[in-house]
Amino acid sequence: MTQTETLISVEKVSKSFPLPDGKGEFTVLKDINLTINSGEVVALLGRSGSGKSTLLRIMAGLIPPSQGRVLSNGVPLNGSNSDVAMVFQSFALLPWLTVQENVELGLEAQGVKRAERGRKALKAIDLVGLDGFESAYPKELSGGMKQRVGFARAFVLQPQVLFMDEPFSALDVLTSENLRGEIDDLWNAQTFPSQSILIVTHNIEEAVFLADRIIILGSNPGIIRGDVKVDLPRSRDRNSEEFKDLVNYIYTAMTNPQIEVMDQKTITSDTTSSITESPYTYPLPHVRVGGISGLLELIVEQKDGIDDIPILAERLQLAVDDLLPILDGAVLLGFAEVADGDIKLTDIGEDFATTTILRSKDIFRQQVLKRVPIFNSILQTLREKRNGSMRADFFLDLWDDYFPKAEAERQFATAIDWGRYGELFEYDASEERLYLSELQTQ
Amino acid sequence: MKTFPTPETLRRFPFGLADIVVILGTLVLLAIIAKLGQGTLVTFRPPDVLPTVDLGVENLVYYTGRSTLRMFIALFCSTVFTLVYGYIAANSVKAERIMIPLLDILQSVPVLGFLSITVTGFIALFPGSLLGLEAASIFAIFTSQVWNMTFSFYQSLKTVPKELQEAAVLYQLSGWQKFVKLEVPSATIGLLWNAMMSFGGGWFFVTASEAISVLNQEYTLPGIGSYLAMAITQENMMALGEALVAMTIMIILVDQFFWRPLIAWSDKFRLEQSASVNVIESWVYDILTTARIPTLVAQSLTPFSDRVNEILSALSKPSKQDKKTVSSNSETIYNITLWLILGILIALILHFIISTVGIGEIFRVLGLGFLTLLRVTFLLIFATLIWTPIGVAIGFNPKLANFLQPVVQFLASFPANFIFPFATLFFIRFNISLGWGSILLMALGAQWYILFNSIAGAQSIPTDLREMSQDIGLKGWQRWQKLIIPGIFSAWVTGGVTASGGAWNASIIAEVVSWGSNTLVAEGLGSYITKATEMGDWPRIALGIAIMSLFVVGINRLFWRKLYQLAEEKYHL
Repeated sequence: MTQTETLISVEKVSKSFPLPDGKGEFTVLKDINLTINSGEVVALLGRSGSGKSTLLRIMAGLIPPSQGRVLSNGVPLNGSNSDVAMVFQSFALLPWLTVQENVELGLEAQGVKRAERGRKALKAIDLVGLDGFESAYPKELSGGMKQRVGFARAFVLQPQVLFMDEPFSALDVLTSENLRGEIDDLWNAQTFPSQSILIVTHNIEEAVFLADRIIILGSNPGIIRGDVKVDLPRSRDRNSEEFKDLVNYIYTAMTNPQIEVMDQKTITSDTTSSITESPYTYPLPHVRVGGISGLLELIVEQKDGIDDIPILAERLQLAVDDLLPILDGAVLLGFAEVADGDIKLTDIGEDFATTTILRSKDIFRQQVLKRVPIFNSILQTLREKRNGSMRADFFLDLWDDYFPKAEAERQFATAIDWGRYGELFEYDASEERLYLSELQTQ
Repeated sequence: MKTFPTPETLRRFPFGLADIVVILGTLVLLAIIAKLGQGTLVTFRPPDVLPTVDLGVENLVYYTGRSTLRMFIALFCSTVFTLVYGYIAANSVKAERIMIPLLDILQSVPVLGFLSITVTGFIALFPGSLLGLEAASIFAIFTSQVWNMTFSFYQSLKTVPKELQEAAVLYQLSGWQKFVKLEVPSATIGLLWNAMMSFGGGWFFVTASEAISVLNQEYTLPGIGSYLAMAITQENMMALGEALVAMTIMIILVDQFFWRPLIAWSDKFRLEQSASVNVIESWVYDILTTARIPTLVAQSLTPFSDRVNEILSALSKPSKQDKKTVSSNSETIYNITLWLILGILIALILHFIISTVGIGEIFRVLGLGFLTLLRVTFLLIFATLIWTPIGVAIGFNPKLANFLQPVVQFLASFPANFIFPFATLFFIRFNISLGWGSILLMALGAQWYILFNSIAGAQSIPTDLREMSQDIGLKGWQRWQKLIIPGIFSAWVTGGVTASGGAWNASIIAEVVSWGSNTLVAEGLGSYITKATEMGDWPRIALGIAIMSLFVVGINRLFWRKLYQLAEEKYHL
């Protein structure tokens, strides 16, 4: 591997899905350009909804792009990509086949003879440390061992590029730590069965630990915000200052969608320019009010109400996908500010976190109305009706214009949670109607 | 309580007991099938040469065997049909749009109603041989079990986990490999349970179809059903009792030797990747897995099966092309064609009925339909009032439930028409009109579904919730209202749909019953179809079946589907 060559290149790929009732399209990925070269580990890092899994599946040929194309070894992809093998988040093992039969699956599809198949499979099983488990069924194995089978099944095909779709996120902390370390060792030992690795993850530390290059995706629509080179010696020491700095830097980038990611290509996502649009275009972070106040109460106990986000994440055992929406919610409501990988409470935030439940509801209501336009819009609609009520469909339709069905429903659910907490309106789930709350009718 | 040796003790014999048992068992099975199969080729030239049925215990064994063979042939046909139909419906968007609604309608057509049509058709197909009648009977069983199985298979194919699908595509599995490694295994458990339940229901149809009068002609097919019919005409109580015992033994044998081993084996197809808690045990399965013969046979066949797999895989290479999106234009044309065909079909049927029997008859039959509907409704209400409290009591008592559930399952699969003669005698003796009596007859088969599902529903209520209700002092009706009714609602709906479908079907034989020369008739759609069938009045048969299907489909759409939604949304535990 002295000379690097381009294995996969993604050219101007966009992907959109039709919105319900023919209301146009929802863009998941926009104008993605990307190459995977031999000898490198690339991580696709993004929050949920950034389309990172979609991008991986487009590159694997599992779903076609709406625009643009994917080249594998210089040949445009048509159908599934036979130069890659994938390790799935949920392992995707067939429970009725033994470990060995699962590993042999891809070889059997290629028409490899039984004896040859067995020999190769046993070698791969050996490589992932499952020697002796050949005839076990997946249900007899622990989660970590199941994922080892997943790796063996991919290794045995000796793909050019190994795709991993959040391979460690279904495992508990210790198991995932252990398996991640072993994959890293295999890679460092230069005996890895593939020439490159592409890993999708929402775990920042994992990306910095494994990858040579981290591609940060922005959300709504998914674009490449930046391409960060990780120039740390392998295998990496998590406690080194450089490692921590890089993790901090990426945290900052991911908590602030509007800042530029500095490194090679830099594209800025520009979300501030379109204020005049409907309030329904701005997605609410999917977080319950309880989550926000819980977080604030933790931070308020820290010195000066400041906390380091990576440390906070580790203490709470929360992955980025779970923590970031809470931070977003806190920032959106003006309870906290995020800078340099730190979160700092505002005065209002401190008040909210320490006061009584009744008073905190007042603060919450005041902040919501001041800072989140959609609630003003909902209240206005309800006030215009003589009986102060409106069916849920009406609002769902408004969200439907900008989001796919499932997302529109999640937006609605979040808005209901916030509105109920702030006593702005009530929602009757059996009638599917919103009512102006008594507080608001006076 | 262990009557049979455990696999461990069996394994201690070198090439021993288990293997001998397996070899002997296989030989006996083959001999029985050969003996029973001979009987199907007997000459049959109505009206001169007719097969007869002799009452007598020594013949009963043979007759029961014949009926059972029919059941298994029908099961085989149903399985093949299910795999083909379900696969096509799940893999082709266009075919799906016709095949699934069609399945929905076929499911609602009363099987016994069109027996007359199929009997005449099959007799014409095999002139001079009993095979025609044989085929008609098998066809009746087939239609009674196949739709359920097909639905289950189709549903399983549609719900194969997405990542498994993706793995299959990415690892370039051929169509054949995907079918045998992914699609069929993931559907196996659902399909087996459905097949077992449908098979249980099939006993009713095999017995009902063996002795049937069509076009003023009595057709008799040697079997336990015709034995029963003969016993009824001869008013022979003894023979009746013997038939009852024979049926009971056969149902238990089939369960022990066929279904239980299969269910035990199918446990490995569970999709959840953790070991299951309560595994069904089967001593037959234990013997089979302990014996070396089956493994040796399988091993010697490996090169052959490898070759077959290779050839079939080569024939079904995964397509490299992306699926093209269908243009909306051809879509519209397709839709219009469908509606046109549908319209023409309805017009043809309407024309046929109106031109032969007239509009007035349609309204008369609709009226009869309401009478039968009333009976079915009555039945459901009473069965619910009686059996849900009992079912819940059983379900809340795990020991009792484990013991009684197989019993109820047995009762559900026991053909109710075996009890009919006793009930008929009772009605005659006490002068009860069949108008009311037929409700009881229909309930004989249908009620068990309510009981069975009530038990299952009660078992599914979490212990936490039950303890909570006790803790806060919910009692009596309040406890039912707040905890039990919502808790068992989904299960009750499932039981209700099955019971109502079964009752409609049963009405065809429950609204006309006889004992010797006495015949009781109840006004209703069921007796209307039976009478039309006896007289060979084609337009009226068609009208009767159409109206009954309409009732069943209509009630499913308007009533049961609503309840299903409610159960899904509100009462999902």
